[in-house]
Amino acid sequence: MAAPDAAVLEDRPARVPFWRGPTFRRLIHHRSFVIGAILVSIVLVTALIAPWLDLPDPNRLAIRFRFRPPSGEFLLGTDNLGRSMLSRVIWGGQLSLAIGLGVVLLNAVFGVTLGAAAGYFGKLDGPLMRFADALMAFPSVLLAIGIAAALGPSAMTAVIALAVVYIPRTARIVRASVLVVRELEFVQAARASGADDWRILRQHIMPNCMAPLIVQLSFVFAYAVLSEAVLSFLGLGAPPTTPSWGILIAEGRSYIREAAWLTIVPGVAIAITVFGLNLLGDGLRDVLDPRLRVEQG
Amino acid sequence: MTAAPAPTPIITVDGLAKHFPVRGGTFLNRTTGAVRAVDDVNLTIAPGETLGLVGESGCGKSTVGRLILRLIEPTAGRILFEGTDIAGLAQRELLAVRRSMQIVFQDPYSSLNPRMMVEDIILEPLYIQGARKGPETRRQAQKLLETVGLPRSAIARYPHEFSGGQRQRIGIARAIAPQPKFIVCDEAVSALDVSIQAQIVNLLQDLQQEFGLSYLFIAHDLAVVKHISDRVAVMYLGKVVEIAPKRTLYATPRHPYTQALLASIPAPHPRLRRQRARLTGELPSALAPPPGCRFNTRCPHAQDRCRSEVPELRTLAEGHQAACHFIDQIPAPAPLGGSPRNGTAP
Repeated sequence: MAAPDAAVLEDRPARVPFWRGPTFRRLIHHRSFVIGAILVSIVLVTALIAPWLDLPDPNRLAIRFRFRPPSGEFLLGTDNLGRSMLSRVIWGGQLSLAIGLGVVLLNAVFGVTLGAAAGYFGKLDGPLMRFADALMAFPSVLLAIGIAAALGPSAMTAVIALAVVYIPRTARIVRASVLVVRELEFVQAARASGADDWRILRQHIMPNCMAPLIVQLSFVFAYAVLSEAVLSFLGLGAPPTTPSWGILIAEGRSYIREAAWLTIVPGVAIAITVFGLNLLGDGLRDVLDPRLRVEQG
Repeated sequence: MTAAPAPTPIITVDGLAKHFPVRGGTFLNRTTGAVRAVDDVNLTIAPGETLGLVGESGCGKSTVGRLILRLIEPTAGRILFEGTDIAGLAQRELLAVRRSMQIVFQDPYSSLNPRMMVEDIILEPLYIQGARKGPETRRQAQKLLETVGLPRSAIARYPHEFSGGQRQRIGIARAIAPQPKFIVCDEAVSALDVSIQAQIVNLLQDLQQEFGLSYLFIAHDLAVVKHISDRVAVMYLGKVVEIAPKRTLYATPRHPYTQALLASIPAPHPRLRRQRARLTGELPSALAPPPGCRFNTRCPHAQDRCRSEVPELRTLAEGHQAACHFIDQIPAPAPLGGSPRNGTAP
């Protein structure tokens, strides 16, 4: 631990824009954050610019070219109906990423709100957590199928169904952290000074609950992308004409021995995305935690 | 030492009690009992005075401190701050009083928010009171840091960059930021090295001089309490058993529990060791305190009356009270030179 007395520090600098501030500097010096950011940006940008790329229509059938392995002509091969896997995996990214991010977003909002409420307000803890238990008692896929079936098939349905499945899990994790942090003495100190519940939660408790939350959210993204495949496979997600990574894997599954690239290609796409998000999450966690900060020269 | 509290006491605690309900059952959460953590405690603290509060772990001394600050809600009793009852005020109405009452905690590691810069940590009480962050408050923070013996540059650092003693100084800076009149020091030096303890105790005393602070100094280390306190109250199982000016209490403890407690202070030389009144047995559960005098299970002088009738605090001399039925029969311990002379560093 550094001896602060020895160091002569300037007074705090004036407010600077984020991209010139210390947080940004620490982020771009954090190796796993940078790698994660690059991976995620590649995936995101590719999916977003799909309409402007010179790609064959992902749904154009060409039975003549079915089951072509990756080659110069078909960069990532073709599927059982001769459709270009490159094209399908890029277009599929649009839907999968949208669903994954949607589920993560809903989790961040509702999981955090409910978890914080349950952990902080003792009276809400029992009811909220029993309700969460009830939801978690169902196998997650079964519950998602049930909700999706009730709401009717669409991409939005898949997002809602998966969010409902994972929100209790996120809430649990947030609640557990809140339970620990709210007993710490700095929270008592804030209360002794007259801080209200909102200030205590926002200023003192939540910032100290971020590490497990960030990890959890990157898991949720991965699970959401995979579970969306199950829903779509059962016809409860997006219509089958829109390829998603999940659908691609589900379709390719039947040919895994003869044409492994049908599953490997979308699988690798998911892996890259999740890996990138994990690195990004780790980086964010480190940079946001003053204790883990590595001093930069 | 203070004379009889003629001016309005800064804090008066009257019949204070806290019973924590014990709940059982899976669904109905029925109350099956209560931990009587604090039971009918009466205390006063005069302006500029330090009241030491000592006792074993679990005797309720920290609970008393937190009750006075309304960090937990009292089950019964009145808490007067400068004559105004604050026990019944809503949290919103308390805000004005909170400026005048602060707390310094035991654990310098968990008492500072690891995600906040020192500047924001020590100014948090002011922000809560409505201050806006700016150059003005920054100068204030720097001044506070200098007051507690830290460099001005510390404002832009995070708690983990400091040692335990320095962190405790930051905690103290936060406590004095809103210019309080009364500070609860809840085991404020217990977690520190002995050499650091002395520094922090001296700092607390300097601040008391400078700002006319009153302290409730909660501790289990009798030597430290002896050094800093004007008067000392001894708690056992939720009740005050003896309260006296420091010199009286340490020289002529009257309650058998106080005698045993003082006898347990390690002596600097084996020949000076007190032989009498060693305590045996465990602290009984506060869930089911023994009937009568709560100390009867461990008291060497206990008789039948002690097991049935609760002793009241009786005044023995000016400012000296003890709660024991047989206070007159119990011999005062022989004066000895065995107790540490000024306390902080044995």
